[in-house]
Amino acid sequence: MTGLEFEKPVRDLQEKIAELKNFTSSSDVDLSDEIEKLELRLKKLEDDIYNSMTPWDRVQMARHPNRPTTLDYIPFLFEGFFELHGDRAYGDDAAIVAGVAKYHGQPVTVIGHQRGRDTKENIQRTFGMPHPEGYRKALRLMKQAEKFKRPIICLIDTKGAYPGKAAEERGQSEAIARNIFEMAGLTVPIICIVIGEGGSGGALALGVGDRLFMLENSTYSVISPEGAAALLWKDASLAKRAAETMKITARDLRSLGIVDEIIPEVRGGAHRDAKEQAQLIDQVLYPAMKELQSIDHANLVDRRYEKYKRIGGYAEQTTGLNN
Amino acid sequence: MAIKNMFTKQKPKKIKYATIPSEAAKQDVPEGIMQKCPKCKKIMYTKELEKNLHVCMGCGYHYPMKAFERIESLLDEGSFRELDAELSTANPLGFPDYEEKIAADRKKTGLNEAIVTGVGAIDGHRAAFAFMDSSFRMGSMGSVVGEKITRAVEEAIRLQVPFIIFTASGGARMQEGVLSLMQMAKTGAAFKRLSDRGGLIISVMTHPTTGGVSASFASLGDFNFAEPGALIGFAGRRIIEQTIREKLPEDFQTAEFLLQCGQLDAVLHRKEMKEKLSFLLDIHQTGGVKQ
Repeated sequence: MTGLEFEKPVRDLQEKIAELKNFTSSSDVDLSDEIEKLELRLKKLEDDIYNSMTPWDRVQMARHPNRPTTLDYIPFLFEGFFELHGDRAYGDDAAIVAGVAKYHGQPVTVIGHQRGRDTKENIQRTFGMPHPEGYRKALRLMKQAEKFKRPIICLIDTKGAYPGKAAEERGQSEAIARNIFEMAGLTVPIICIVIGEGGSGGALALGVGDRLFMLENSTYSVISPEGAAALLWKDASLAKRAAETMKITARDLRSLGIVDEIIPEVRGGAHRDAKEQAQLIDQVLYPAMKELQSIDHANLVDRRYEKYKRIGGYAEQTTGLNN
Repeated sequence: MAIKNMFTKQKPKKIKYATIPSEAAKQDVPEGIMQKCPKCKKIMYTKELEKNLHVCMGCGYHYPMKAFERIESLLDEGSFRELDAELSTANPLGFPDYEEKIAADRKKTGLNEAIVTGVGAIDGHRAAFAFMDSSFRMGSMGSVVGEKITRAVEEAIRLQVPFIIFTASGGARMQEGVLSLMQMAKTGAAFKRLSDRGGLIISVMTHPTTGGVSASFASLGDFNFAEPGALIGFAGRRIIEQTIREKLPEDFQTAEFLLQCGQLDAVLHRKEMKEKLSFLLDIHQTGGVKQ
């Protein structure tokens, strides 16, 4: 298990317990009392540590190399996922996976960012940072979902849209903008779930919907903490501070009125057990799906508009100028 | 005088004083009578430059234009009615020093925020307008910019008139974090609403239009135009160079480059802007907004 820095006390204690257990089994001395005490202490320590995670700890958790990706969750959440490829104009971007499946027996379209799970796959999937053709593939399949009245589920997990020459030439900006624009008007329910990192416009291009959920240790931000620190304070090493100032955790977004619900994580993070995590996702996703399907299509788009219209913090000092 | 004395200094060294003009005298000198083009270095009278719509007479460089200068240069005289002028910036994330920065830019620019919106007319064709101003916090988009655009689009829907936006923005307003990101969704959704009701949308990208602004409403016109030489793109040049580990061409992410890549309908010189917009407004007269 790859451990994070803030989890070190937990790891140390776990090692100690393992040691004692080992000793007990290989000698006549019975230490089970001692072990029991330590295990109790471990539980308390875990509670303390995981309940007082700083935003920066959560950033580390969201970026954990073993954190489950879209393709890790799909088999636990859906039946018969059938991946579909290509934007019909340029190519197929492996940084976004999309396809049709069944969710509790109901046809749905599933779309998600896809990071690689090792270096080779990361190169093939450009680290989960899509090119325009990825967003255009997503849009093509969302339009298809609308035609056949299938709800859409988007799993968000990207550092951002790919910053490259080819991406700019093929219209990265336009591709993101177009997805935002079209998603705002789709007449089928759209549920978006941030499962890891929600990086800026590259995340939002799969993120306009009727419900936005975030896993407890995921983040969603306009820029990475490192980028923010470099830009604002000319020092990327202040990323830790930026992670707090920028308000990027699930809890922050909930209090800003952007996220509808936080999906709790398996103790110690989603990477501990992808299957159990999928169940926790399902417990929030399923009721939301049922609720949204009872709303008629025209209302759905209006409600979605009102949802986004409300987001923002400004001072209203209306005078006669505003009429 | 002995010859040897001719080579030595006789008098004590004269102390020279530089003339430093007093603060009052400084004020007397009119500032900016002349301007030097940052591109071709041609020196021009500011008055003439203004008359030439802030376009260099030597090389055609388009200077950034202030929101109200643009309104004056494009709209029928007296036709502009400003909307939501009083909408102003809060500090929703409690970001350190944000209020001070806003206050300083308010003082510097005389603007309340990085955008001016309203209703006006070009050659008698009514439309709702939004003019971004890069002199205010680099035209960055926070909650106020997003809200003002959204309200102006709603006004276009209400009045059944087209919507025209001039963009000039470095992207999202960092100090409003994810709230500024969400303005991309809010404005995008408003554009969709107007579009679905048959409304005409024209976007004119001016220097610079980058990041979250380029990746939302700026790219969502029925017609997407740009001014010559404008920098337009999603990711910054430095970041791309670091990613691909090669130098980018000089003209990368310019309006002309984007036109070649098929990302723009046309690059419009400032001098022909009014005429072209007027023509488009004219031919779309019958296709107003359906409620």
